[in-house]
Amino acid sequence: MVAVAAVGALFVLLPLAAMATRVDWANFLALVTSESSVAALLLSLRTSVAATALCVVLGVPMALVLARTTFWGQRLVRTLVLLPLVLPPVIGGIALLAAFGRQGLLGHTLELLGIRIAFSTTAVVLAQTFVALPFLVLSLEGALRVAGTRYEAVAATLGARPTTVLRRITLPLVLPALLSGAVLSFARALGEFGATLTFAGSLQGVTRTLPLEIYLQRETDPNAAVALSLVLLVVSVAVVALTLRTVPGPAGAP
Amino acid sequence: MTLAFSASLAARGFDVTLDVARGETVAILGPNGAGKSTALEIIAGLLRPDSGHAEWDGTALFRLDGGPRGAWLPPHRRGVSLLAQDALLFPHLSALDNVAFGPRSAGVGTDAARATARTWLAEVEASDLAAVRPGRLSGGQAQRVAIARALAADPNLLLLDEPLAALDAAVAPTIRRMLRRVLEGRTAIVVTHEVLDALTLADRVVVMNRGVVVETGQTREVLERPRHPFTAELAGLNLVLGTRTAGGMAADWGELVAPAASIVRGAAVAAAIRPSAIEVSLEPLPGRDNSVPVTVIDLEPRGDSIRVRADSLSADVSPGRAAALDLAPGDRVFFGFDGEDVSLYGSERPSTLR
Amino acid sequence: MGRRLHTVVAVAVAAALVLGGSACTAPAVTGTSTNTSPPLSGSITVFAAASLTGTFTELAKRFEAKHPGTTVNLSFAGSSELVTQLTAGAPADVFASADARNMARLTAAGLVDGEPVDFATNTLEIVVPPANPASIATLADLARPGVKTVICQAKVPCGSATVAVEKAAGVTITPVSEELSVTDVLGKVTSGEADAGLVYVTDVKGAGARVKGIPFSESGTAVNTYPIAALTASARPAVSAAFVRFVVGAIGRSVLAAAGFGAP
Repeated sequence: MVAVAAVGALFVLLPLAAMATRVDWANFLALVTSESSVAALLLSLRTSVAATALCVVLGVPMALVLARTTFWGQRLVRTLVLLPLVLPPVIGGIALLAAFGRQGLLGHTLELLGIRIAFSTTAVVLAQTFVALPFLVLSLEGALRVAGTRYEAVAATLGARPTTVLRRITLPLVLPALLSGAVLSFARALGEFGATLTFAGSLQGVTRTLPLEIYLQRETDPNAAVALSLVLLVVSVAVVALTLRTVPGPAGAP
Repeated sequence: MTLAFSASLAARGFDVTLDVARGETVAILGPNGAGKSTALEIIAGLLRPDSGHAEWDGTALFRLDGGPRGAWLPPHRRGVSLLAQDALLFPHLSALDNVAFGPRSAGVGTDAARATARTWLAEVEASDLAAVRPGRLSGGQAQRVAIARALAADPNLLLLDEPLAALDAAVAPTIRRMLRRVLEGRTAIVVTHEVLDALTLADRVVVMNRGVVVETGQTREVLERPRHPFTAELAGLNLVLGTRTAGGMAADWGELVAPAASIVRGAAVAAAIRPSAIEVSLEPLPGRDNSVPVTVIDLEPRGDSIRVRADSLSADVSPGRAAALDLAPGDRVFFGFDGEDVSLYGSERPSTLR
Repeated sequence: MGRRLHTVVAVAVAAALVLGGSACTAPAVTGTSTNTSPPLSGSITVFAAASLTGTFTELAKRFEAKHPGTTVNLSFAGSSELVTQLTAGAPADVFASADARNMARLTAAGLVDGEPVDFATNTLEIVVPPANPASIATLADLARPGVKTVICQAKVPCGSATVAVEKAAGVTITPVSEELSVTDVLGKVTSGEADAGLVYVTDVKGAGARVKGIPFSESGTAVNTYPIAALTASARPAVSAAFVRFVVGAIGRSVLAAAGFGAP
């Protein structure tokens, strides 16, 4: 079993290590600090932070409703909410177009309100939120179920109104899960490609995020693509490592 | 009556009517699954009964009688604090902030709430634990803090659900004494399956079994003079039901010699006999007032004694005596005891005690 | 566990034997047939630029009909993507590129058998939704403020053509998006997100009624030439050469012309 586990680990690590060997170290700095690379990295970080914030704002109430209430069709709703997790991102992009595109369901209404989503950074954030939201909802809902309602019941009998219970008991209890869910969402948003390409387009500094830039660079300058891939890899590893450091294990563990 | 409660919940076979007077502590006694905790959950507002109503000083906690004046007060507006078997201290707050939680929720400022919390921690002798996180507290320490937290919320009614059950035998007596002190003059309901808790803490007991109340009355009266086999079992007494005769009482398995009591002949009576007062012998015991032939059903070790359960009565014998008798289920033996070991009383509880 | 592993190995060995066997028999057949007249046989793999998807599917079908016993497997992707695959050792017999630059890359890598032959040209055309909401008529209209124009990024072939026509027309387009492939440009127009785009004439034709094409005079300044070549790695040089001749020949010419490609 250990041997198979080792093969599995190798399977994941080998391609990444192999990619590192392909990096043109002599020109690495020049490749990753080119104007287009820096613009893509900054755009990716900016949009991913925004998408993560949106995930928290939308995902926390969703997780609470799913974990703390029962309603007809709940299982179906949960399945649908988690759908972007298994859906090919391109389909997500097509779906977003159908909803928010100019010819989409809400496109006309948004146009009347003066809101243009297509080809804007907003579209990138929407695409990223669409694919990242399930990560937050999933991890938070699980944590809420594990935490149970006993502390909340005690808090209520101590005279805390529901909003106070939520603010002072429920959310602090699931804070580790909220943080790790947010980090997962951030990482997913950072790596988003398919939905962005389909829904948002690709323009330097506006909609061309790092994964799109890497794909474009590959066309003419594979060295730059590899160098940027390494940058994205390092950012991802840093994010994951940071989470493991700052987020303690399950509630109760030191 | 300050609390007037009556509720039924079909899913749990629960149907209970209960009153608690101001300043009174009532113990709900019963085995696991009797519906004791269900009663507390309904009173606290954590569980909704099918029907019923509850009032506190004339204010409806809930009224679910299908009438037009239905009501359901959410838990946080009932003024009812719940102390559970597990301390359930909020793990992310210090002991002090746990205790301050009630006052804070009532709108008191942080500093004032903490000052109140310090007073209550001192009250439960846990001042030195103020800064400690719950994860670092022992079971006894956590329960002290939990008691302080429940009291700091200044509840009208305090509900205690098996407050000592999760504690070490070494710690329980201390916490029990502390509870007796803090419950003095408070209105409270204590759920327990320990007779000692009821005797120590409660003015009155309500005995429950399978979702219904089987007996209720003054603690000592109920536990020393049980009328219901179930209560006798909890109190660890033999209960014999029968009718009053000239020399004692007639049970369905024969005549029992008991001391004279001012109960008219023919009246329904109950007799309580402590198992430790009964002598067990392989031969009849002509020297005792009562020598009852019984069949041994079961032998149950209980610390420093062994309880010999027989078809009609139970007796406690020392391990040495049990070994000498070489008892086994199915054996025919004699239980001997004197009339003065029998406590005889009417089996109808006087209505004034309800 | 161990037993299952044995089974897996056995299956793999069996598969290898079967595949190896078929590989051995095929050249024998070709060997005998080359002596006498043409009956070509065997299968070849053709790597072709994505813009050739329709025409080459049609041409492969006709080639197989003309030479029973041959099979043409097609693999379509962006030209540079295909070159990357080929230099990495992907097995193929023929390569048809959408531009000379990528064919040159392959030639430089020593993978091309002989000289590549130009077989088609393609030029850019303005593409707009059928209703033409922004009333586009000329290339200059694409640079009008408020017009949502989508073009190819300069690094991809259609993008370099775009840069060329912009320069020739003296127009500077400020696009809302610079897509990574001509398909993405077309997609943004067919979905109605964009008011206009610059794609190849053949893309406009291929999209049918979902879009409207608007020719512009400067398109002649950026003529994209499509070269085709047999590859040195081909196991069926005869079939590969025949397929190249077929594409360059009369039938190839007519199929390509029908799709909007120009003659080289």
